Amino acid sequence: MLKISNVETFYGKIQALRGVDIDVNDGEIVSLIGSNGAGKSTLLMTISGVNKARNGNITFNGERIENRDPHKIVDLGICQVPEGRRIFSRLTVEENLRLGAYTNELGKHFDTDIKEVYDLFPVLSDRKTQRGGTLSGGEQQMLAIGRALMSKPKVLLLDEPSLGIAPKLVNQIFASIKNINKEKNVTIFLVEQNAKKALELADRAYVLVNGKVTIMGSGQDLLKNKDIQAAYLEGGTKN
Amino acid sequence: MKKQDIIKSFKDSLLTGLIALALFGPIVGLRTASKGEGLFITPQWGIVFLLVGLCILGRFLININSARRTEFKIFSTLSSKFSSITEDKAKHFAITGILFAVVFPFLPFTDRYFMDVAIMILTYIMLGWGLNIVVGLAGLLDLGYVAFYAVGAYSYALIATTFGWSFWICLPLAGLFAAFFGILLGFPVLRLRGDYLAIVTLGFGEIIRIILINWYEVTNGPDGITGIPRPSFFGLPFKRSPDEGEMSFHTFFGLEYSTMHRIIFLYYLILVLALITNYFTLKIRKLPVGRAWEALREDEIACKSLGVNPTNTKLTAFAIGAMFGGFAGSFFATRQAFISPESFTFIESAIIVAIVVLGGMGSQTGVVLASIFLIGITEIFRDLEQYRMIAFGGAMVLIMVFKPKGILANRKPTILMHGDKK
Repeated sequence: MLKISNVETFYGKIQALRGVDIDVNDGEIVSLIGSNGAGKSTLLMTISGVNKARNGNITFNGERIENRDPHKIVDLGICQVPEGRRIFSRLTVEENLRLGAYTNELGKHFDTDIKEVYDLFPVLSDRKTQRGGTLSGGEQQMLAIGRALMSKPKVLLLDEPSLGIAPKLVNQIFASIKNINKEKNVTIFLVEQNAKKALELADRAYVLVNGKVTIMGSGQDLLKNKDIQAAYLEGGTKN
Repeated sequence: MKKQDIIKSFKDSLLTGLIALALFGPIVGLRTASKGEGLFITPQWGIVFLLVGLCILGRFLININSARRTEFKIFSTLSSKFSSITEDKAKHFAITGILFAVVFPFLPFTDRYFMDVAIMILTYIMLGWGLNIVVGLAGLLDLGYVAFYAVGAYSYALIATTFGWSFWICLPLAGLFAAFFGILLGFPVLRLRGDYLAIVTLGFGEIIRIILINWYEVTNGPDGITGIPRPSFFGLPFKRSPDEGEMSFHTFFGLEYSTMHRIIFLYYLILVLALITNYFTLKIRKLPVGRAWEALREDEIACKSLGVNPTNTKLTAFAIGAMFGGFAGSFFATRQAFISPESFTFIESAIIVAIVVLGGMGSQTGVVLASIFLIGITEIFRDLEQYRMIAFGGAMVLIMVFKPKGILANRKPTILMHGDKK
């Protein structure tokens, strides 16, 4: 469904991605783990079209998308939940959700869509009229995911959903991600530092080191992999 | 209060006095006067010592008061008065304000002078509301807004004097021209944000003014354009003696001729134009494009990831903001009947930005209050001539001290949770 081949992305002269190859199949949950600065967020931004790939190509259902504008990529059904949530803190929860439906034919199915989001995250329904910035970190993450769902994506790109969130809420958020995948049939591409959680959730997973994929396999296999245990799991997972 | 505190306050106020001496000494103390041939310096140390003494005393009193953790009574009452103006009350204020504005021309104390000031304030309110779209909603700091005001005024003046078309045809055309210039400015600055954007827009304002001065064949340069037709009351001119076979406003309605008719008409014209601007802004805020403006102000990357096209969103904000600036410019041209580049200097842009910022960015009612406050104060102190800008500055300082987020801070302070990593 989403095929990334040999993608190279630069920030000026600095090369962040050194030929990344990743496949995401329809209906899967695919995780990408890696340490700080490995290029995980850069990859997501490149898929979304915010950063441009200098070499290589990205196809979505056979269509080349690597040089399209971000809003056109969202139109195709790829939506990103950016790192650090980036909710609109001075707009209300509902206004945030409405913005998610921006490309979705001006909110044609807005009422049913928003109800689905509220069913998924009931706490958002209670806080409809509250400003986004007054929510807790976990609630903001739910809002960011809900907002992305409003665009009715086929693929949801999640960038570090566990970042800065209480462990209890992290479990809840990962449960909803699974739910979104199974019930709503949305393909998930998850980028995480919390390797254990990400691998447990994933059908398949990739490890990114210095802008290159070094290991790939099923989530369960990678959890058992000695190198990964040493580098990412031991001591690094408090949850 | 402890003795130590008093000594500390005293030392601090002496330091303040030193700074005041350094400032006032050369500025006030040494006065140049021309006697016969050449300039001579006349010292006026008396005034300097008086000013420095006032500074020391004032600082000392402030220090003592803050040490006691109390404020000057007058300060605290002022402050609480301002903070009691909330968004809810703003709604009542808006309704009473509009009602007052409607009956204003017929109040017993209203004379020609009051009407002129009111028209001026309303013009600034309209400009403030127009700029609020760009600065308050879309978060694009535009320091060259006067350019669109000028484009509107000149388009109106040129079309009206060349083709002799009526006000109601020229007005939308002038608005369109201004919107076109808004897009013209918008394109090169799409990638800029914050300070850089402010500098480029400031330059744009100056470019327009300099073109108006130098393009003599079209704009008549610094001499300006004279004889701009006055608006008519839906075809009825405001003339004392109408031409043969023509009706004028007072003969049609069987009234005694008065110059006030035209003034009152202009007043209602700008009131309606301003209210249209406000209504439009309030409506568009609820539409996807208006929400996208606010979202863009908050976070551009999040907007991109949600499929908001930042290019179009910014350009519409520039174009619509510019259009209302153009309407206000047309009104200015028809009211003055004479325009020249001198009316469109940077200080105008600065005043409009000040109105938007001091009003509380994004707050419509705040713009009204700030306009009344800033323009009103400079009018009250008109007799002080060159010192009235001090009153203007003083008004700004007062607002910044007591309401640092603007008179009506429409955005409550929020806890910024996003981006808390790194």
